[in-house]
Amino acid sequence: MIIKNARTNRLTVGIGLLSLGALLLSGCSLTGASTSNESKEGDGTGAINALFMKQAGYSEDNVNAMIADFESKNPDITVEPTFVAYEALHDKIVTSAPAGTYDVVHLDVIWPADFASKGLITDVTDRFPATWTDEMLGGALTSAEYQGKYYGAPWGPSTKLFYFNKEMVAAVGATEADLTTWDGALAVATKIKAAGLAEYPFSWSWSQAEALICDYAQLLGAFGGAFTDADGKLVVNDAAGVEALTWMKKTIDDGLTDPASITFLEDDVSKSLSAGKTAMALNWESTFRDSNDASISTVVGKVGVLPTPAGPTGEHPGVNGSMALSIGAQSTNQAAAWKFIEYMTSQSVQEQYVTSSMTNWKSSYTKTDLAASNPEVFAAAGVAYDTMILRPTVANYNSVSQILQVEIQNALLGKKTPQQAMDDAVEAANATIG
Amino acid sequence: MVRSKRENQARLAFWLLIPAGVAVFGVIVYPILRTLLISFFEVTSALATDTPFVGFNNYLEVLSNSTFWASMGRTLYFTLISTSLELCLGLLLAGLLNAKLRARWLFRAIVVIPWAIPTIVSAAMWKGVFNAQYGPLNAMLSQLGIIDQYQAWLGDPTTALNMVILADVWKSTPLVAFFLLAGLTAIPNELYEAAKLDRASWPRIFRSIVLPMLIPSISIVLVLRTVEAFKVFDIIYVMTRGGPVNGTQTIAYYAYTTAFSDQNFGVGSALSYVIVIVILALSAIYLRLLRRSEMSLL
Repeated sequence: MIIKNARTNRLTVGIGLLSLGALLLSGCSLTGASTSNESKEGDGTGAINALFMKQAGYSEDNVNAMIADFESKNPDITVEPTFVAYEALHDKIVTSAPAGTYDVVHLDVIWPADFASKGLITDVTDRFPATWTDEMLGGALTSAEYQGKYYGAPWGPSTKLFYFNKEMVAAVGATEADLTTWDGALAVATKIKAAGLAEYPFSWSWSQAEALICDYAQLLGAFGGAFTDADGKLVVNDAAGVEALTWMKKTIDDGLTDPASITFLEDDVSKSLSAGKTAMALNWESTFRDSNDASISTVVGKVGVLPTPAGPTGEHPGVNGSMALSIGAQSTNQAAAWKFIEYMTSQSVQEQYVTSSMTNWKSSYTKTDLAASNPEVFAAAGVAYDTMILRPTVANYNSVSQILQVEIQNALLGKKTPQQAMDDAVEAANATIG
Repeated sequence: MVRSKRENQARLAFWLLIPAGVAVFGVIVYPILRTLLISFFEVTSALATDTPFVGFNNYLEVLSNSTFWASMGRTLYFTLISTSLELCLGLLLAGLLNAKLRARWLFRAIVVIPWAIPTIVSAAMWKGVFNAQYGPLNAMLSQLGIIDQYQAWLGDPTTALNMVILADVWKSTPLVAFFLLAGLTAIPNELYEAAKLDRASWPRIFRSIVLPMLIPSISIVLVLRTVEAFKVFDIIYVMTRGGPVNGTQTIAYYAYTTAFSDQNFGVGSALSYVIVIVILALSAIYLRLLRRSEMSLL
């Protein structure tokens, strides 16, 4: 018995010492992060790993073609891409950060504050050419900026546009002019439903996900509201915030919104539009490309695109959904990573794939031949990019977003009144923001 | 001479065990200890260097959070319903698989398929089955005249949780059935014959012979499934991502979002340990209850 106890004690001590040793080996910090200032520049050659989103915007084929072209022009650098769904991208960046798995990461406009303040991405202000700030669209620049510093290079501005089934709209005697306001769109939707052309004319991405916040942001803007006040506190329980949510709920109650929207992401909305089941929807720029792809769409040539309709205030800002490419903080090949980012975000490359994602270079919009390659989206996006609504730029955005998602859904499912839901959201979110 | 041979053997055994020891330490013991360590610190980034010691504050924060208790309630519901259904259906299935049918091997092979499919795949499949626009469940119920219009099965918090349970039961029942089948085949035929001679009815045979003899298998499968159900994560991640209105957010999913989405690793680690404690408590209760039976292996 004594021998057994002695063995057990030795084992416990051994495990404890080994753990302590492992902790010391991992860099003396609890997370394993190093505090040393050793250079991570690398020699500008070798292999780099890049993490991309596989959803709206540039397709996997687009990115692979870009990489092949980059490698042919830079034979000393090889790029190994990884693609994940947007919903998995944030957490993948977080979990891979300590190991420094990715040299280049795809960044959403809502994350610079989160990742930069927590040291997950690299400050590239010194590499960022001063001319870019004049040559790029302001909305796109925010996707890589935090507290006056740049943490990446913008890789396409983005916003949600208004898509509609031209046949259905024409069948009820309506025109594009009727779809410039949300009131007009509602009237057209009512006629489409009455005519039996679509059981539920509207589909939305109102699943418990960031997609819901994007749709809400666009309506919030149309009703003249904003997420935060000058002090950075959430104020969506004001009149505009509640009106926008009340409007959303009413479209469900009136049978104009597909109740399944509460389970939809943008991809589901796009499929519903392409299947001819949805008459009108908000979605990203690449939806126009997908709805005209005969292999996945039954409404080729029948989908129109407009800037998001205006609300009672006459405003119609698109949600800022711009993306960027950043260098992972633990990358040890940052020179090669920046070379790759410079290539991917260059004007010529972005212009080459303009049917998938718009470019963030101002001068691209004055090229008539380029606009002719995707005229409908260019026309709609040109207006939409003029005014964009930003989601809260706070360090713990994810927590705030999750609180909002739950409370908005509470109102949509009739579990709380819009006012109560937004009051609860503001109280919980502001406690998180601090 | 003998002693030296024994010492050599011990040395050989030590070196042979080293790879397994390193693997176990690296992927199990070290992460467990490190998670415990992190649970006592405030860690708000995956690369944080400033990590103040907060003692048991993370645990107190977890226990005072209403979202935690709501998730815990949901998880207990998920565990109770899914484990009960799996046990009942598994028992029925095991009885069928034990019957002397022609091509019994084929039935047994077919039944194991749901268990053999990776959870991530079966969850994606069930998400498709429940789809509100083109899901086969809607098509079937609508054609049978049971529903008037297609339903968003994953669009209401309570219904969504029950649908996720259904998917989990489909996936895990075969495992339960095979555990119980192993128990059934071990029951000697003589016992059935003796019971028949005593003119015992089938319900009586089931109550007095089958069930007591199955207690060892039931005890193992009950503990196994309870622990698994309590940790449910992947099926939720694929089917609902915790929505709508957090209606399918189980405790493991809540720990995941706290740690990785919110980057609150200290609280996330504390949550993980609370899960471990609850699982240990549940297992202890089971074992205590089942140990009363003389047939129990545990």
